Amino acid sequence: MDIIKPAVAGTMESSDCQVTIEPGNGGIELDIQSPVIHQFGDQIRKTILETLKDLDIENARLTVVDKGALDCTVRARVEAAAYRSVGQKDALPWGGAIR
Amino acid sequence: MMNPDKKRLRRTMMFLNAQKPSLIKDPYIYKPDSLMFDLEDAVAENQKDAARFSLYHALRTIDYRGCEKVVRINGLDTDLWKEDIRCAVAAGCDVIRISKTETGADVKAVEARVEAAEKEFGRPEGSVLIMAAIESCKGVLNAQEICGASERLFGIALSGGDYTKDLQTSISGTGVELMGARQILIIAARAAGVQCFDTVYTDLDNEEGFRREVEMIHTMGFDGKSIVNPRQIHIVHEIYTPAQKDIFFAEKVVREIDSKKAQGIGVFTVDGKMIDIAFYDGAKRTIELAKASGVYKGDL
Repeated sequence: MDIIKPAVAGTMESSDCQVTIEPGNGGIELDIQSPVIHQFGDQIRKTILETLKDLDIENARLTVVDKGALDCTVRARVEAAAYRSVGQKDALPWGGAIR
Repeated sequence: MMNPDKKRLRRTMMFLNAQKPSLIKDPYIYKPDSLMFDLEDAVAENQKDAARFSLYHALRTIDYRGCEKVVRINGLDTDLWKEDIRCAVAAGCDVIRISKTETGADVKAVEARVEAAEKEFGRPEGSVLIMAAIESCKGVLNAQEICGASERLFGIALSGGDYTKDLQTSISGTGVELMGARQILIIAARAAGVQCFDTVYTDLDNEEGFRREVEMIHTMGFDGKSIVNPRQIHIVHEIYTPAQKDIFFAEKVVREIDSKKAQGIGVFTVDGKMIDIAFYDGAKRTIELAKASGVYKGDL
């Protein structure tokens, strides 16, 4: 998937995370802010990178502001931002690239 | 084959905005019978897409510990409901709740999409049930047709807010404006052999009013009530808990019918009351309710 334009998904509410995705400069660039960065920073990073791999995104810049989100929420927000970026709302690959 | 969950216990169905991670991460702690993940009214128009991803991963990941997983899809007059069904079925939901149901054809349209989604995502045929929310005068008058429109449909629910708008009135707190619809829906549901659920009670601080309303709908025959706040759950469960004398009587009825059936006897008496097979399902339901309420000590 090629990230076409900047897109945002998620909120700053507790248990959520806000993901901003933008076209990259030749790779994945990740900026994570989280109150639990020392305990869960690696896990959040791993979840984001896995999600991007599943979506076949190799060139993007992501800014993630975590508010104590579960992994499933992080995944959901990255996907929502990515599909918003390409403008796809229907015929989504549930159980395929979205897993 | 009938889905065995079609007749499961549904005293409380708690609404949750599928877009809010804080609401959907652990609602099972309040022990409602069913959780209703809302993709419709609770979700802002510009968040409909994000709510689906949130729903999908929550249902795939979180163990809801025996609570039934119902997904309320967007109305059939939108371009959202078909993808809502694909998402919910792929995620493993138990039930699709149709909003603003007005005809049997509405139920059939959803049924066709659910069937297609089961095939697409490799789920067993018939594993996803349907319920219909009735929110208009037309829907109330077509309740009988709606109830009989699909083998997958386990029940109907009154949605009082939209219904009273259509009726050109508002919720008064007395229940008088909902009386006709409640009566029609419960009769239509029972005639079709499906369940019936009452609307939400939104005056959260009025516990006494809520209790009165639940007692009334319990007496009317409703199977349960839609819930908007966890603190309403225990009140509904308490009111739906059968009294010990009713449990003892139900036990006797079930045992006597089982034994008399083997002897070829159709009508007999229990504690001086004439009993036949028509009492069987009601007695079984009383025992099921007693078990769910944690007050059953017997071995049936």
